[in-house]
Amino acid sequence: MNERLWNILVDSFPKLLGYGVTVTIPLTVISFALALIISVVVALIQYADIKPLIPICRFYIWVVRGTPLLVQLYLIFYGLPSVGILIDAFPAAVLVFGFNEGAYMAETVRGALESVSRGQMEAGYCVGLSYMQIMRHVVLPQAFRTAFPALSNSLISMLKGTSMAATITVMEMFRQATVINGRVYESLGLYGEVALIYLMFCTILTWVQHWAEKKLASYGGTKA
Amino acid sequence: MMLEVKNVQKRFDHTEVLRDISLNVQKGDVVAILGPSGSGKTTFLRCLNFLERADGGEMVFDGEHYDLHKATRGEIARVRKKTAFVFQNYNLFLNKTVLQNVTLGLTVSGKMKKQEAREVAVNALERVGMAGHLDRYPAQLSGGQQQRVAIARGLASNPEIIYFDEPTSALDPELIGEVLSVMRKLAEEGMTMLVVTHEMNFARNVSTRVMFMDGGVVVESGAPEQVFNHPQSDRTRQFLKNFTEIE
Repeated sequence: MNERLWNILVDSFPKLLGYGVTVTIPLTVISFALALIISVVVALIQYADIKPLIPICRFYIWVVRGTPLLVQLYLIFYGLPSVGILIDAFPAAVLVFGFNEGAYMAETVRGALESVSRGQMEAGYCVGLSYMQIMRHVVLPQAFRTAFPALSNSLISMLKGTSMAATITVMEMFRQATVINGRVYESLGLYGEVALIYLMFCTILTWVQHWAEKKLASYGGTKA
Repeated sequence: MMLEVKNVQKRFDHTEVLRDISLNVQKGDVVAILGPSGSGKTTFLRCLNFLERADGGEMVFDGEHYDLHKATRGEIARVRKKTAFVFQNYNLFLNKTVLQNVTLGLTVSGKMKKQEAREVAVNALERVGMAGHLDRYPAQLSGGQQQRVAIARGLASNPEIIYFDEPTSALDPELIGEVLSVMRKLAEEGMTMLVVTHEMNFARNVSTRVMFMDGGVVVESGAPEQVFNHPQSDRTRQFLKNFTEIE
């Protein structure tokens, strides 16, 4: 490796990492929190069979899963201003990532809710709990545990997906790499470097996932 | 009379599962409900606690009248508060420890203080011999232990009556005894119990009354000596014969 490239990589590393920590990670965390709220609400509506709202949920999932993420980003950020709705790049990205991943996670959470045995609900009623109390203390915690590995997958996928926010001018880690590259023309080195930082983030998430799964396993197995 | 049930009817689609089942239970009675599978005995028990909504029938329980078909949410809550239900598959809350399984209903719906609920729970668990496993999760217990915890969960709310739905049917044979002996002890202490069971020895030796169901009707009912030794109907005789041949 020549000295020029080495110096470029050494100089850009803290800069890229800085954008990763201050933009990519907050963007991921906020979007994921939004996705989690949406997915739980949508899943609960279907699980509790709230008839008038179910078509709305199915429609939302149908549209979001049937259109590309990149197209959704363009629609919200470049399309909506022509009808007078202007959203800044960062919140636009949060909205799109949140609603996009939320649709997939809703199906994960719904499946997890339905995997909780019907008897848990009946036992709850018999000790005098209400529907909401049973959901809160018994069904949701068990469903969350079942959904946890799949939700971790969603989180990791979302972290990498935030790089697409670069296309709607969010100055996150990947866009910063393209900016630096525009000055120095070292595509292989710089994009390799940014790939490594994503890999690092995802590796840490995987560790956290494994640690958390062990913690959750203290229920002592999944026997019905 | 603690519990009077009249003319319970229930159909699933085109099958009539219960046709006019009636039953009177006095305080301290242990009624064993026997019958082949599909006879409706479990459905009958579930109707009494509104886990299944009957199509018709009424009930006087603890001095209050209830319409089994039309009972309101408040009435259902009142019935459940005074009863306990023990399931075939235990149905312990899998994400809660033994102690939490017993306290959850007390603290959340009964608004009991944590410390007081703990005392009540430990006391109930002592009665079933499970006070030594407070911090275990259900998956870490044997089936017999889980069922004993489930019984303690029912006892903790100090019910007027406990419904048992085939409490030993899911258990390995060597674990059945520990559950039956807890139930026998409760019976001796005067607990009123309604027990759907296939345990003929329990029905014969512990229950104060036996009710034999088949095809959604009560075929025969009476004192255990009478039903077991002098069954009036051929259907009862035939059913009991199958059991005595096995045993």
